[in-house]
Amino acid sequence: MQMRAPSSDAALTDPFIRIENVSKSFGTFQAVRNVSLTVTKGEIFSLLGGSGCGKTTLLRMLAGFEAPTEGRIFIDGQDMAGVPPYLRPVHMMFQSYALFPHMTVEKNVGYGLKHEDMTPAQRIDRVAEMLDLVQLSQFATRKPHQISGGQRQRVALARALARAPKLLLLDEPLAALDKKLREATQFELMNIQEKTGVTFIVVTHDQDEAMTLSDRIAVMDKGEVRQVGRAADIYENPNSRFVAGFIGSITTFDGTVSGISGDTAQVHVPEWGDTVTARMTEGIGPGKPVSLALRPEKIILSRDRPEGPNVQHGVVRDLGYFGKDSLYRVTLPSGKLVLVHAVNARRRGERLADWDDAVWLSFEPEAAILLAQ
Amino acid sequence: MAGGQENGRLARWFHRRGWSDIIIAAPYVWLILFFLIPFLIVLAMSFATRTPTAPPFSFGGENPIMNLRGYQRLFEDDIYFRAFLTSVSNAGFSTLLCLLIGYPMALCLTRVSTSWRNILLMLVILPFWTSFLLRVYAWMGLMGTNSWFNKLLTGAWNGIVPDDMALRSIQMMNTNFAVILVTVYTYLPFMILPLYANLEKLDRTLDEAAMDLGSRPFRVFVDVTLPQSIPGIIAGGLLVFIPAAGELVIPSLVGNSAQPMIGRVISDEFASARDWPMASSVAVALLILLVIPMMAYTYFSGKAEQRLEDRK
Repeated sequence: MQMRAPSSDAALTDPFIRIENVSKSFGTFQAVRNVSLTVTKGEIFSLLGGSGCGKTTLLRMLAGFEAPTEGRIFIDGQDMAGVPPYLRPVHMMFQSYALFPHMTVEKNVGYGLKHEDMTPAQRIDRVAEMLDLVQLSQFATRKPHQISGGQRQRVALARALARAPKLLLLDEPLAALDKKLREATQFELMNIQEKTGVTFIVVTHDQDEAMTLSDRIAVMDKGEVRQVGRAADIYENPNSRFVAGFIGSITTFDGTVSGISGDTAQVHVPEWGDTVTARMTEGIGPGKPVSLALRPEKIILSRDRPEGPNVQHGVVRDLGYFGKDSLYRVTLPSGKLVLVHAVNARRRGERLADWDDAVWLSFEPEAAILLAQ
Repeated sequence: MAGGQENGRLARWFHRRGWSDIIIAAPYVWLILFFLIPFLIVLAMSFATRTPTAPPFSFGGENPIMNLRGYQRLFEDDIYFRAFLTSVSNAGFSTLLCLLIGYPMALCLTRVSTSWRNILLMLVILPFWTSFLLRVYAWMGLMGTNSWFNKLLTGAWNGIVPDDMALRSIQMMNTNFAVILVTVYTYLPFMILPLYANLEKLDRTLDEAAMDLGSRPFRVFVDVTLPQSIPGIIAGGLLVFIPAAGELVIPSLVGNSAQPMIGRVISDEFASARDWPMASSVAVALLILLVIPMMAYTYFSGKAEQRLEDRK
């Protein structure tokens, strides 16, 4: 998984898109609940969540297809209330691409341009420039049904970018592509965003896609934004069990804080079978119930008892071999099942541990995530 | 998946028993028995000679096998050509009006909620539950010079025109206007239903995409909806035009008898003049003139269908 280079922090002070306390109800169903977000100019911002979490409804409100029940949306300082979709400086790339089947690729790309004050020659130039950007110049006269799925996706992107929108909305941009194409297209999307400088808001249910593409991610659940931040922030410092479990795999334990010393906390975790030392987080106090969350790759698996804190022994119940790495499921004396991820850096074929082997598990206090309950 | 397998098993069983051949053959047998053979009889009759016998034709006489008198008279007597023109113009206007009235109705059907849609579709089909003749007679009553409908229209007309153009009543009965009015009323569902079937299949995301790219709703209709509904327009148009052109009952009841339509001419030749070979010649000529647009339709809709298939 590759992370994007972080954009400058100064940009955060200048919100280009401001979503203020927006809610949307369909009858008695509340699709979006009191969402407030700001997006910076030139950012790739992802709305990440499962189906029905309200991410698509939020996107449709930005495009103008739905009106918020409550709250306001500002784009580049302009209040979007009552502005119809055809007057918004916002274009959308639809999940189904929504290419016009009766028009050629170049007619599709040029469709929005007829509303621009341009001479026919300028229009032709712009279409050519867009087709060049997505490397489809040789397909200009084809109809959408005569090109492949990946090519259609690029036509949709070129069409949405042709009028140089202030904001581009992408609804599951890669969902319809197969795995190989998806990876290549991810980087192409990022390159194109960098070249054009257009602000992207991407809706996706795929955490890998969100983490690779985005500068920042908003994790949504049941219509609410649960956490906003850079991919690394959300991965390393999730603010709830929901976010911790949604992004990546994780094992969580229930515990009670027994003491605090400096920036570490002593937590009594019966399922681990001992008191563990973990890095302090906000909202943690002595005697309070907490969740201890451990990422599989942050747990060290060894055959010999290691030195240091947070050591426990267990038995390998199951293992999955993926070539460059393996995933172990280890049972602790308490019966708790822990996921452990280990890189296969040893000589070929030789695994760290096998089925039913007794092993030692340990983790650094820094690696544990404490979540207030 | 279980359903699919069931289907497959059923299909194989049908195939083994030869049922599939019979089912495929059935419509062909029907068409051969009740369309092709009668048409061949009519075709043969059109080359026969009129005789005062029963049946009133024979293949004897001066031109034993191919008597072309019927076809010659098609060109000699201009009543046939004028009847053809009246038919085409009445059917053409009717089709155009059906399209102008039916298109918004079909579009509206696709835009309302499912429960409303079922009610409205029901209302479109409902008139078929009443006898067709009864409905034409109802129109005759409405169009008559003493009806409230006629008086209402006359009053409205007199209200807007200067006094010297005022009318005592509007002559609607026995005009081409009456034929077109009743034809539009009768055939409107045949325009609405294929158009609805076509419009209902269209992807509404495309409308959103066009609107998103800066098009106002009317522009979206012209650029996106209309071009994609051409197969529906052709289907509905032919379903109205072809039977309307050969219509016999409507022009007989409400039309102008001095300007007969082709259906009336055929009927008169058969029944009044008892000239079966002449009637057959007119029928064959009409069929040829109507088959050409039909073939064009099959060609165009086949192409449109192919486009839809390719898209998947």
